[in-house]
Amino acid sequence: MTIQLSHFSAAILFGVFASVVFGITQRNTTREMVRYGLYCFAMFTGGVIAAGWVMWLLRR
Amino acid sequence: MANSTTDKAKAADTPKIETQPVTTMSVVVPAIAWLIPGAGHLIQKRYVRGLLLMASISTMFLLGLALQGRVYKPNGGDILDILGFVGNIGAGGLYIVTRAMDWGQGAIAHATADYGTKYLIVAGLLNFIAVADAYHIAIGKKP
Repeated sequence: MTIQLSHFSAAILFGVFASVVFGITQRNTTREMVRYGLYCFAMFTGGVIAAGWVMWLLRR
Repeated sequence: MANSTTDKAKAADTPKIETQPVTTMSVVVPAIAWLIPGAGHLIQKRYVRGLLLMASISTMFLLGLALQGRVYKPNGGDILDILGFVGNIGAGGLYIVTRAMDWGQGAIAHATADYGTKYLIVAGLLNFIAVADAYHIAIGKKP
């Protein structure tokens, strides 16, 4: 079975999985884990969007 | 006499290194956690954490295969190939099954297939972090 993802959806899925693991492993309490996981996901997503705009500017 | 006083002063200044006693769990848990992602947490009754880790790492690895990513074999060539293998081997049982079934040949047919290779490597690296976390729970360093 093969699937195809767009660049954006592949990067967002990557961020989801990595954020879950980072949240669980890098903090001690449940509340901190959730907060850190969400923070990591926001950073991944923000990084993807920022990198996309940088590439758009470079292309012009 | 003076020497013994100096030695005592030196001994007092030297920071003591805390060593953890080797227990059965501290040996078994990392092995199980590497072999089956998330299982190290599950056998220590951290069910939610274990299931989330298992779902995340396994799904990432399987998505990597579905995206036609390449699985690295043991090699002594290019440094990036060696590092790719180190990342892949972190997935433990998933990597062993993949190699046994001869999956992950990486026949790149579309532009995002390289994401598959990266997914496979990062899934292994994330499992290394999960193994370390399970070990810290086993030795009582983390709740």
